[in-house]
Amino acid sequence: MRKLSSLGIHLFLIIASVVSLFPFVWMLIGMTNTSSDIVKGKFSFGTMLQSNITKLLDMTNLGAAFGNSALIAIVGTVGTLVLSSMAGYGFEIYRSKGKDRLFGLLMLSMMMPFAAVMIPLFRMFSNMGMLNTPTAVILPSITTAFMIFFFMQNTKSFPRELLQAGRVDGLGEWRLFAQVYVPTMKPTYAAAAIITFMNYWNSFLWPLIALQTQDKKTLPLIVSSLASSYNPDYGIIMVAIVITTLPTVLIFFLLQKQFVQGMLGSVK
Amino acid sequence: MGSKWNKSSLMGWQFVLLPSALILLFSFYPMLQSLLLSFQSGKGTVYQYVGLANYGRLFSDPMFKQAVLNTLLYLIVQVPIMLMLGLVIAYFLNMPKLRFKGFYRTAIFLPCVTSLVSYAVLFKSIFAVDGILNKMLMSIHLIQEPVAWLMDPVWAKVVIIAAITWRWTGYNMIFYLSAMQNIDPSVYEAASIDGASKTRQFFSITVPMLKPIILFTAIISTNGTLQLFDEVVNITNGGPGNSTMTISQYIYNLSFVYTPNFGYAATVSYAIVVMVAVLAFLQLKVGGEKQ
Repeated sequence: MRKLSSLGIHLFLIIASVVSLFPFVWMLIGMTNTSSDIVKGKFSFGTMLQSNITKLLDMTNLGAAFGNSALIAIVGTVGTLVLSSMAGYGFEIYRSKGKDRLFGLLMLSMMMPFAAVMIPLFRMFSNMGMLNTPTAVILPSITTAFMIFFFMQNTKSFPRELLQAGRVDGLGEWRLFAQVYVPTMKPTYAAAAIITFMNYWNSFLWPLIALQTQDKKTLPLIVSSLASSYNPDYGIIMVAIVITTLPTVLIFFLLQKQFVQGMLGSVK
Repeated sequence: MGSKWNKSSLMGWQFVLLPSALILLFSFYPMLQSLLLSFQSGKGTVYQYVGLANYGRLFSDPMFKQAVLNTLLYLIVQVPIMLMLGLVIAYFLNMPKLRFKGFYRTAIFLPCVTSLVSYAVLFKSIFAVDGILNKMLMSIHLIQEPVAWLMDPVWAKVVIIAAITWRWTGYNMIFYLSAMQNIDPSVYEAASIDGASKTRQFFSITVPMLKPIILFTAIISTNGTLQLFDEVVNITNGGPGNSTMTISQYIYNLSFVYTPNFGYAATVSYAIVVMVAVLAFLQLKVGGEKQ
């Protein structure tokens, strides 16, 4: 009886794993086939990989898109880490009634749907003459309530004695932050970096609005516009999807432990 | 607490001021602008105050009604399925004697790192009329002829729901798994000695102890579903005949696809604000029980 139920559990988990992994296998296979083979559901590797890559490079400015995505994701992540950790540190270490109230107010922004702010944001950046720049994509999410919350939660376990020791040594408050807090919290920064990088790298709606010319577009925008054309070439699209997915999958496998811990840290 | 502490508290403001100002500038200020905009109407740069006219239009707008119904349908069907699935998978993966759990966990979590656009396009190709899914279903004789998944108003919704479930189940699973690891194993041992079955233990121990996390995931999933955009745009583009259109896509269309009408689009966006607030409040009421 026990054997049977354990078999059932494995069967269930195997099905769940196959369903989860299938689209990944599908995109790797698709990358090597022609568009018509993909649409006809051919499930074996073909010989079109090189021609798909060549065509993709001819049709789109893929290098630029990759560069734009990387620039936005990297600058955005660094900015978010600096600002959100500053705030998380400030709110937790120097608690006061006023700061608690402000923190509560900021948390409300987590409930605000992006659709409700996108038009004013669009007008704001348009008035500042900053539409169609990476800055416009980066700025609106450079500090998020979620990341401040994340750092605040993790700061709860930060040993305060280190700060006292630093003060005795005559360090100023900013240097305490930079030279004592930041190095101690490396794992938290790593987890936050992964989550933020993925958010920037994968974001679609705001870049779709903020970036207008081809040379400024990011990878998800390229994938979307290839797929929504009148006669989409799926072979080319699959290559673009693989290129878009590869960095985040790599980061996931390299830093799986921090990534999972990071997500857990946010609900502790 | 002496004056030194107060001085350091004042110091603390230096750390929080800039980040807080940025959130106020990029979230709260636009929210306020949206509210003001929802009382205006116009085209291009000329806008005038029209009172509640936009709100009146909202209630007689069939497209808005359709978008709200679609979005609520996704919410009511998808969120419970996904959370249950995540919970059950986490429960299995938490069994001490289960083998290969590292593999299962990685496999089921992997969809979470894909971009919404990429997986949406993948799903579009998988669900093509003569695509791989139809071919597989026909080869095992589950269906006789290909199903036009994305051309049928009902099936298209099913595809969207399947897609979101694929992307996010593992995400919720991780939260549950971590919470389960904090439950003392002796609780289960005691229950086993008392003769409680595994199913009974799941419903009488695991689910009640995970209530705060379940509430947390329910709120973030609700929030996410109400804002659904990337998948629908890239799988069906709202079709066939607006049958999969969401509120976010409607707002986008009103602002950037149809003749731009920022005022009315802002009004529609406030419908989401109200829905998010009401649903979060309800979930806290139902699930929170004065904690």
